[in-house]
Amino acid sequence: MDFRTDRQRVEGLGSAHEGVGHWWSQRITSIALVPLTLLFIFPFARHLGQDYAAVRAAYANPFNAIVALLLIVTVFLHLWQGLQVVIEDYVQGKPARTALLLANTLFCWAMGLVGVFAVARIVFAG
Amino acid sequence: MADVNPPNRPLSPFMIGPVYRPQITSVMSILHRVTGVGLTLAAILVVWWFLALGAGPADFARVDGFLTSWFGGLILIGSLAAFWYHFCNGIRHLFWDAGYGFDLPTVHKSGKAVIAATAILTVLTLILAF
Repeated sequence: MDFRTDRQRVEGLGSAHEGVGHWWSQRITSIALVPLTLLFIFPFARHLGQDYAAVRAAYANPFNAIVALLLIVTVFLHLWQGLQVVIEDYVQGKPARTALLLANTLFCWAMGLVGVFAVARIVFAG
Repeated sequence: MADVNPPNRPLSPFMIGPVYRPQITSVMSILHRVTGVGLTLAAILVVWWFLALGAGPADFARVDGFLTSWFGGLILIGSLAAFWYHFCNGIRHLFWDAGYGFDLPTVHKSGKAVIAATAILTVLTLILAF
């Protein structure tokens, strides 16, 4: 049983029915991505085109692996949130919009989990 | 209530171009979204690269070979430029979200700074990569 009044339940939520939750969540992933992308991109740029053993050893290192894992998870959360807003803003018509929003959710979660699997395999498969 | 009359109104960027002259503010705003959507491809490529790195030397050679080919290189250069733009302009957005830098001269100045930083950081990472 909900003891709150109807007014209490909707106050501050607005027409989107979720208030500033989505907006705020997107800022959190944005801020997290500032250090994560910086920690990732410079080593990554160096590793591109290097030989297999060296690159593999680099990402078997716990620090690099954790950075990669955090980055992948945060990137796909951020991408999910961002693409959602773009779809909501530019795609007209409920069927197309709903289909794209669903596809976005499935795509981002699938890619994120595949990414986590890929890094975990590098670390644990030795 | 909202769905009683399916709106036949124009969708968002219809103002820019025929109605409203493109300006550094509007163009940079839409570029933030364009680069964000485009970076989807970069995210897929990074996951693909990690998958191949875990799979073994043969798979890694194929993916790494593609990324260091001229076509893959073109995608990488585009991705790097898109990333640095989205990164720098994202920080600009975070400052706005915190309530700073809203007056027009500052908006123009920070916009130019973002473009300059994007160019410098893109070249810097490219030098590191090649």
